[in-house]
Amino acid sequence: MKYVDEFRDPHKAEALLWQIEKLCPILEKPIKIMEVCGGHTHSIFKYGIEEVLPKAIELIHGPGCPVCVMPKGRLDDVIAISQNPNVIFATFGDAMRVPGSKTSLLQAKAQGADIRMLYSPLDSLKIAKDNPDKEVVFFALGFETTAPSTAFTILQAAAENINNFSMFCNHVLVIPALQALLDNPDLQLDGFIGPGHVSMVIGTDPYQFISRQYHKPIVISGFEPLDILQSIWMLLQQLVDNRCEVENQYNRLVEKAGNKVAIAAMNKVFEVRETFDWRGLGDIPDSGFKIRSEYAQFDAEHKFTIPNLKVADHKACQCGEILKGVLKPWQCKVFGTACTPETPIGTCMVSSEGACAAYYKYGRFSQVVKERETGKERVKV
Amino acid sequence: MNIFSANSSANSLFQKIEQVRRRRSKVHDTNITLAHGSGGKAMRDLIDDIFVSNFDNPILSQLEDQATFNLTSLMQQGDRLAFTTDSYVVDPLFFPGSDIGELAVNGTINDLAVSGAKPLYLTCSVILEEGLPIETLRRVANSMQAAAKKADIQIVTGDTKVVHRGAADKLFINTTGIGVIRPGVAISAHNIQPKDVVIINGELGNHGTAILIARGELALETDIESDCQPLHDLVETILDICPEIHAMRDATRGGLATVLNEFALSSNVAIRVNEQSIPIREQVKGVCEILGLDPLYLANEGKLVVVVGRENADKVLSAMQSHPAGKNSCIIGEVISSPPGIVLLKTIFGAERIVDMLVGDQLPRIC
Repeated sequence: MKYVDEFRDPHKAEALLWQIEKLCPILEKPIKIMEVCGGHTHSIFKYGIEEVLPKAIELIHGPGCPVCVMPKGRLDDVIAISQNPNVIFATFGDAMRVPGSKTSLLQAKAQGADIRMLYSPLDSLKIAKDNPDKEVVFFALGFETTAPSTAFTILQAAAENINNFSMFCNHVLVIPALQALLDNPDLQLDGFIGPGHVSMVIGTDPYQFISRQYHKPIVISGFEPLDILQSIWMLLQQLVDNRCEVENQYNRLVEKAGNKVAIAAMNKVFEVRETFDWRGLGDIPDSGFKIRSEYAQFDAEHKFTIPNLKVADHKACQCGEILKGVLKPWQCKVFGTACTPETPIGTCMVSSEGACAAYYKYGRFSQVVKERETGKERVKV
Repeated sequence: MNIFSANSSANSLFQKIEQVRRRRSKVHDTNITLAHGSGGKAMRDLIDDIFVSNFDNPILSQLEDQATFNLTSLMQQGDRLAFTTDSYVVDPLFFPGSDIGELAVNGTINDLAVSGAKPLYLTCSVILEEGLPIETLRRVANSMQAAAKKADIQIVTGDTKVVHRGAADKLFINTTGIGVIRPGVAISAHNIQPKDVVIINGELGNHGTAILIARGELALETDIESDCQPLHDLVETILDICPEIHAMRDATRGGLATVLNEFALSSNVAIRVNEQSIPIREQVKGVCEILGLDPLYLANEGKLVVVVGRENADKVLSAMQSHPAGKNSCIIGEVISSPPGIVLLKTIFGAERIVDMLVGDQLPRIC
């Protein structure tokens, strides 16, 4: 497959692994690297990258799964909107199974809510045009990756004067989340694998504070296995050279200044919220987008009465610690027993990009083996 | 006294009327109405015109409430009956490479075939939504008959129901099948043993991808067609060369991953497959990349997973490759003893990861 197979070549992977192994002894200590993005977590498990890396490298799975960081209260809001009999609620597929405090969108759909799964927010405009007597609400979520398409959809709705359409905006921003992680004294990281899709939009410049203020290296990475291996090698190389810079492994798609058209659209439609509540990370200032007042007619938060309650996570759920990288998924008390993909307690077990789901789906066996080898058997398959 | 018996001209008129009344009628409506499910003349005409004339065979033509077969003839072909049923609710009804009618016949044939049975007879029950174009039903019935004829089986009884508009999605079909298993064949998901070999008869995911594309929601263009095909002849070829097949299943909904997990759980063994050996078309891989789907879970309608003892693997593989439905057959993995109930995938980098049962449907990722 053109532009894909080239980045999955086992021989090239072997060569990169050899390069990585060569650098490990020079560093003389175990290295902790956080992959911020859930897409990376997914790839790491899908291809078994963690398993082939030298033991001296530990990958910490960060908070970059947009579904995982959505707090329970916001999901209750989403479900409340979808249950309005006059509403057609549109969403991306992977939000369907995420549990609110009582139910999920999938269950709400089965109970009669008109919920449609779409591949693009622009499709929701067509639904709005086809159903003039209904209010169509799109569940806008994601990092800066998906925010531009939300913005373009609102601009299109404004241009076409579609009045029965609105967005429930839950876009979050990666830079404040990274800052919150770097300020956490529990987390002793040596470097970051930076998110490729987000960086296609925002570019590499916004990450400069990581190297300048926090003196940590970061490499923006693509999602194919060779991308990730090369990024790990680039990070180690920085550590060996005692450098801390923002490097761009994903330069086939990511530019230094990002995508100016996408940024302009986001700036036109959104403004930064004073604060946004992240699951596991709590309130982070300036970390989410809301729709500007000029486009209030497309803002579901203005059109509907939304409960907007904070709901605490289940006591047993340790998603917060996992999202911060403080705990490994298999160290959570309920991982794989009370909390499984069929009966998720926390969101990390729901989204395919969540660390718990990735461990459960792809890696729980190898983890059991590791535990057996070290005599600390804890996890039941 | 017969009122016409004394009057020859009246008698002649009566006979003409009877002739017309008993004549097989064509359906003149363009769409299914509730009358076509009422049990009256309209329904009889629909059944005659669409099903009886198409499926044309002596058992169905009796139009009894049941089909009857000669037991002696069945017993000459084997020593056990295989009996299965499946319902088909695919949307759209027609898609690249196949349609719901062919699917309803081949799907049930394959469910019989994977037990080692020779499929003989099918039933056909349809649930029709009021408003369905008669022409659509005719096309589907033609397609069912073509598939039945190709597989040398007969559709011998059936049922027709019409539901109000909105109570069903256009057309649902249920087919039930009966086949006969030859003596000495005992295929079961419980028979799998360590050191067995796993073979597949070709590329995975073509049907699932063709359906996704045919729904028209993705604005993608490919030439991928469904792999819908009957597998009983391929199975017969395999059993002729090696009756000692341990397990066999067609990888339909849930794909290869689901079949392997069912095998591993039923026999309490582990199955390890090699990512590089699993045949998947470039275009299927491409669609999966775009949508964040895993081709191992995509549906197939003509793919057979065979588990056989290592000592028989080569001859089974060459027998499969000699058959048109198995020309791309290949060994994709092996059975090991531990961890029991788990399917492992050796990735292209030599790492091992779990291939788990799917939870719900595969849902596309947001980014």
